[in-house]
Amino acid sequence: MTLPLRLEMEDFLFEEAALLDNWKLDQWLALFTPDAEYQVPSTDLAKDADPHDSLFYIADDFERLEQRVLRLKKRTMWSEQPRSKTRHLLSNVRILENDDADIHLEAGFAVYRTKWGHTDLYVGAYDYLLRRTPEGMRIRRKRSVLDLDGLRPQGRVSILL
Amino acid sequence: MNAMEPRPLVVEDGPRALFQVARRAFTDDEVMSAEYDAVFNRCWLYLGHESEVPKNGDFLRRMVAKRNLVFTRDQSGTLNAFFNTCPHRGAEVCREAKGNTKTFVCFYHGWAFGTDGKAKMIPGGDRYGADFKEQGRGNLVSVPRFDNYRGLCFVNFDPEAGSLVDYLGNAREYLDLVIDQSDAGMTIVKGMQEYAIRANWKLLVENSNDGYHAATTHATYLDYLGNTHAKGEEVALSGVGRDLGNGHAVVEYSSPWGRPVARWIPKWGEEGKKELDAIRARLEELHGREKAERIAFKNRNLLIFPNLVVNDIMAVTFRTFYPVAPDYMNVNGWALAPARESEWARQYRLDNFLEFLGPGGFATPDDVEALESCQAGYQNSHESGAEWNDISKGMGLDPSYDDEIQMRAFWKEWNRRVAPTLAAEETR
Ligand code: FES
Ligand SMILES: [Fe+2]
Repeated sequence: MTLPLRLEMEDFLFEEAALLDNWKLDQWLALFTPDAEYQVPSTDLAKDADPHDSLFYIADDFERLEQRVLRLKKRTMWSEQPRSKTRHLLSNVRILENDDADIHLEAGFAVYRTKWGHTDLYVGAYDYLLRRTPEGMRIRRKRSVLDLDGLRPQGRVSILL
Repeated sequence: MNAMEPRPLVVEDGPRALFQVARRAFTDDEVMSAEYDAVFNRCWLYLGHESEVPKNGDFLRRMVAKRNLVFTRDQSGTLNAFFNTCPHRGAEVCREAKGNTKTFVCFYHGWAFGTDGKAKMIPGGDRYGADFKEQGRGNLVSVPRFDNYRGLCFVNFDPEAGSLVDYLGNAREYLDLVIDQSDAGMTIVKGMQEYAIRANWKLLVENSNDGYHAATTHATYLDYLGNTHAKGEEVALSGVGRDLGNGHAVVEYSSPWGRPVARWIPKWGEEGKKELDAIRARLEELHGREKAERIAFKNRNLLIFPNLVVNDIMAVTFRTFYPVAPDYMNVNGWALAPARESEWARQYRLDNFLEFLGPGGFATPDDVEALESCQAGYQNSHESGAEWNDISKGMGLDPSYDDEIQMRAFWKEWNRRVAPTLAAEETR
């Protein structure tokens, strides 16, 4: 019974990943709701840590996410200019909750970033809260929990995870 | 130059307004090895903040200058730093990042220790010689020197080192300005930013109190401030750089961004204004008007030689970093905040932090890129004409925040310590 739902979700997430890997950032941003949250917790924090009282790597509301995208498109965004090559792989999609409006799901990810001869791996789990809207499926929350002991050697999360 | 004479790494010539640093200081293995001998093994190094181990029995593991340490608050409330290695045959006695315990048990053969490092239980203890206990051979080994300046805990691996207070010297005035933000004391916020940079550690020293790369390197951050009305009334970046002696240095300056202590920006609304006015009033009550204004309005990028950066800017961050190789460093970053502040203030503080600082901020990733780019350029560090960095900006002129006096302060002390060691190693 949940199989079609999972396939529908996977299609959505695969499209999202393709937008990121092709640097179609405006289209990517359009997938988010106006009250969206986009977060990457520091690696020594609990999975459910709260960015209001803990130091994350990234804790964006929609406004800052919009600014992040704007920044990523600029010539003066030196860490992604020239742009790195990225590949967002995701699998192990599990639907955790599904009510009329919202779908809470988790998926494993491996994101590769290549620049200046180095290929860095970001590995972890996405925690998504997706929302069905009249305009289609939207992302209300995307939290990327890294299975890493710090960003070594990655050094930064200047790409979108 | 005499062939036996070591090639200089730092060249200073005041009358010619010349200050050069050899780029091989960023690339050569023997320089890094001399740095461990003459700097990291001799200087006071930041271990952590007392608020990270608030309760008796709290502990955390931390790497400091390649040493694997455990930082504890023992059952009597005393702070300690031990080498994280069993006195028996060497296994780590603490295998968790942090926690609370009464006892560390080495899992290899079961020796047990209190959080004060004293042996508690040794299986088969009756099979050791009569003096075993008296000689303390079952105790954890303390780092040679450990001291605490107003909550900031430092270690020194040189038993002969002078006192921490003397070492900090003139830098104390600036540390105090950060610590005096709150009469409730300062605390480290949960969550530590651990990352690495593929560049020499001294590039981050320079970058952390480089007052004038913002306009170019951080153009997108300044755009962001403009876009989001995060700027307060238009205040130009202006101030001074200072050599504080002992290699410590600071730039102190005014800026357009908001400061949770306590410079209001329109984005923070009327509620925020009330909050910040109250903080300012309290600061004035505690410290008088002049110091209160300095705490509230002035930014400080402070370097405690060799590698503790205290940046009191749009948020307060502590940062340490150690070279793993000449072209690779590990960085730890923390956010510091008043121990008691409203939820509102804490949230805006963390927002401010993340906007600029750290691996996902709107500025630090570009610093990382710049440092890695310098390191890539240093592949040419031995080429004739391309061997030198120029650090002479502002020499012989009135000090300004956008000069390089603070970097020269670091390099002079670095050279004073490293050059003799390197010369001794080169002639060996
Ligand atoms: S190495 Fe620790 S008990 Fe033997
Ligand atoms: Fe910077």
